[in-house]
Amino acid sequence: MGATVLLAHGSGGLMARELLEGLFLRHLGDSELHALEDAAVLDPVDGRLALTTDSYVVQPLFFPGGDIGKLAVCGTVNDLAMRGAVPLYLTVGFILEEGLPMDDLERVVASLAATAREADVRIVAGDTKVVGRGAADRLFVNTAGAGIVPPGIQISARNARPGDQVLVNGAVGDHGLAIMTQRHGLRFESPIQSDCAPLSGLVQAMLTACPSVHVLRDATRGGLAAVLNEIAGQSRVGITVHEGAIVIHEAVAAACEVLGLDPLYAANEGKLVAIVPGDAATTVLDVMRAHPLGAEAAIIGEIETAHPGAVVLRTAFGTQRLLDMPAGELLPRIC
Amino acid sequence: MNQGFRAQAFRDPAAAQRLIDAAKGAARKPIAIMEFCGGHTHAIMRYGLRDALAPEIRLLSGPGCPVCVTDDSDIDLAIALGKHPDITVATFGDMVRVPGTGGSLADARAQGASVEIVYSALDALDLARAHPDTNVVMLGIGFETTAPTIAAAVRAAAEEGLTNFFLLSLHKTTPPAMRAILDGGEVHVDGVLGPGHVTAITGADAWHFLPVEYGVPCAVSGFEPLDILLSVRDLAVAMTERRPAVINAYRRGVTAGGNAVARQLMAEVFRSSDARWRGLGVIPASGLDLAPAYAAYDARHRFSVEAAVSAGPSAEARGCRCGDVLRGVIAPPECPLFGRACTPTRPIGPCMVSAEGACAAHYRYGRSLS
Amino acid sequence: MCLAVPMRIESIEGTQALVDMGGLRREISLVLTPDAQVGDYVLIHTGFAISVLDEQEAQETLALFAELEEASREMDASQGRES
Repeated sequence: MGATVLLAHGSGGLMARELLEGLFLRHLGDSELHALEDAAVLDPVDGRLALTTDSYVVQPLFFPGGDIGKLAVCGTVNDLAMRGAVPLYLTVGFILEEGLPMDDLERVVASLAATAREADVRIVAGDTKVVGRGAADRLFVNTAGAGIVPPGIQISARNARPGDQVLVNGAVGDHGLAIMTQRHGLRFESPIQSDCAPLSGLVQAMLTACPSVHVLRDATRGGLAAVLNEIAGQSRVGITVHEGAIVIHEAVAAACEVLGLDPLYAANEGKLVAIVPGDAATTVLDVMRAHPLGAEAAIIGEIETAHPGAVVLRTAFGTQRLLDMPAGELLPRIC
Repeated sequence: MNQGFRAQAFRDPAAAQRLIDAAKGAARKPIAIMEFCGGHTHAIMRYGLRDALAPEIRLLSGPGCPVCVTDDSDIDLAIALGKHPDITVATFGDMVRVPGTGGSLADARAQGASVEIVYSALDALDLARAHPDTNVVMLGIGFETTAPTIAAAVRAAAEEGLTNFFLLSLHKTTPPAMRAILDGGEVHVDGVLGPGHVTAITGADAWHFLPVEYGVPCAVSGFEPLDILLSVRDLAVAMTERRPAVINAYRRGVTAGGNAVARQLMAEVFRSSDARWRGLGVIPASGLDLAPAYAAYDARHRFSVEAAVSAGPSAEARGCRCGDVLRGVIAPPECPLFGRACTPTRPIGPCMVSAEGACAAHYRYGRSLS
Repeated sequence: MCLAVPMRIESIEGTQALVDMGGLRREISLVLTPDAQVGDYVLIHTGFAISVLDEQEAQETLALFAELEEASREMDASQGRES
């Protein structure tokens, strides 16, 4: 195998076979994959099937705390977990740009495989295509994920009810700022790491303690602000959050000051918003804090009948304001 | 961090309330204070200071947002340069989504223009060094705070003999705009909230013309809520005592004399020119062009691009009243487009795009729940 | 304009300095503040130090806020005695 990905690697011939066996199958060990059939045939499952799909196009491919491979597994697993599903199977499809260094591809695949093992999910089907130089930005990954929703679990963005409390499993803004400080020629040395992590274990612990969790959403693009607005809209309720209760790591806060950004709009890849009945909030909080991915969990707000569809932020300064949907791409500013 | 510089120390809500009470108490009659810095507009809205000080003290927003006061023709020129096959435009993030008459730099990038976001003009220099095959044009936006940093980059380019680095200077200076507002007499201004970081460069003495020629006190202010409230209180006291003066209320960052090194660099690299301001028209000697010794780095001279021809209706033609907002004549909610046709997601004028434009600040922080 | 934040100079090499705020670090230019020293806090704007911050003045401003609090408490106390 050469040092770079070539068009022939995607053409189904000997070179494609060489890439498959020499790289992908060395890291991805599932028996279904190794059977080299056209489709995986899996055992029947008992329960409601949850299905999701995602595509990953992040640049740079490797960032502090993660890479596109890890992201692809975590993002897909987390989508399933947000409906209360236990993730079972993943598929991965790669679109590679001609000229991509083989070493980079190998690093991504190794990371993807390791994350799948950590998340206890099987990668049972895959595909690879290669496109000409310039037709893709180095490497894109598409996934599908399947899981089973245990009986009695009804989690939906429509389920928030007045009297519920809003919880987050930790500090926000790390992923977005980890990427931002390395991009746009910004070149900051920073301890900020992406929070990219698979949340299914945390969610299962929460649901065991409180099967009546109403809403779970992961706060990815658009940050905490976006997901709160979506929930307020879909549930047709008002949400009030308290700025002082939202955890933000010191370096993230510093980066936001320097670049003129609001951490509530920055992306996360390991953070969920949970909306639970008021009387269950402290129980769920304790369970979250006992889990490694919830050590900094906090109750940040409540659901109300007032201002349906809108999210209100009570600032640490003592004022209150609307927390809107983000307008567009998060851009650094100098003014 | 040293306690004295922690932002949190200047955000204490209890101290804020005491300053608000003190300021209101000092104002014997209703007073109007105008700020000339988008950073102040942003902070005032974000911390709810406008409402807190009303009705005794009215805070007016002036033409202090460098992005907002940039004329359509200049934005169109920047975009035309970006569309040129041999040019990469290097820009601060602030300008990327600002619409000219035919879209923004972001739109142009989607159509194939080469646009790079930089944090510093020095990064644009790095870009030029790393890509000798393309011409890097730095988009120079900003007032006296930013201009010296751009001047440093241009001088460095000259010292190195770089041949593929250029500047499109859209820089402007603050005092002429203040004079234009006060001379215009459209709004009554009792006091000026002086731009803290501009003053770090110009020095507080630069504002003496305000009390001396206009009888208006000026308090140079930092950007934390307590900084702003302290300045407002000091202005209210000065007005009540009929003692117009320049007050330095940002002593940790600003001196009477400012930064002479920075000013000298500006004087070497730039020369004063007439500039067109959105909402204010052409103001003589209010812009900064490259000095003749640096003409080789001037993007306007080096590249002839068809940009003056406007591609579509100007924002004004579509009903945008940014100009009136910038002169303090109306507050953003009084513009008929505010929050309806013009929102941060679909902005018509730059006051809604720029993070510190008055309209964006009002939209993000000022809308009530009703 | 203008986003400028206080950052501490950790080290200096020629006209460049490494500055820090809360663990976030970057190399910036001291061309506009050639007299800045290691340990100084400087206002950073677009990759340049534009001003050296005065610690003494910062403390005095904070003391001013504290004075206001004192005065206010005294006033509350005296009003309490009168009622």
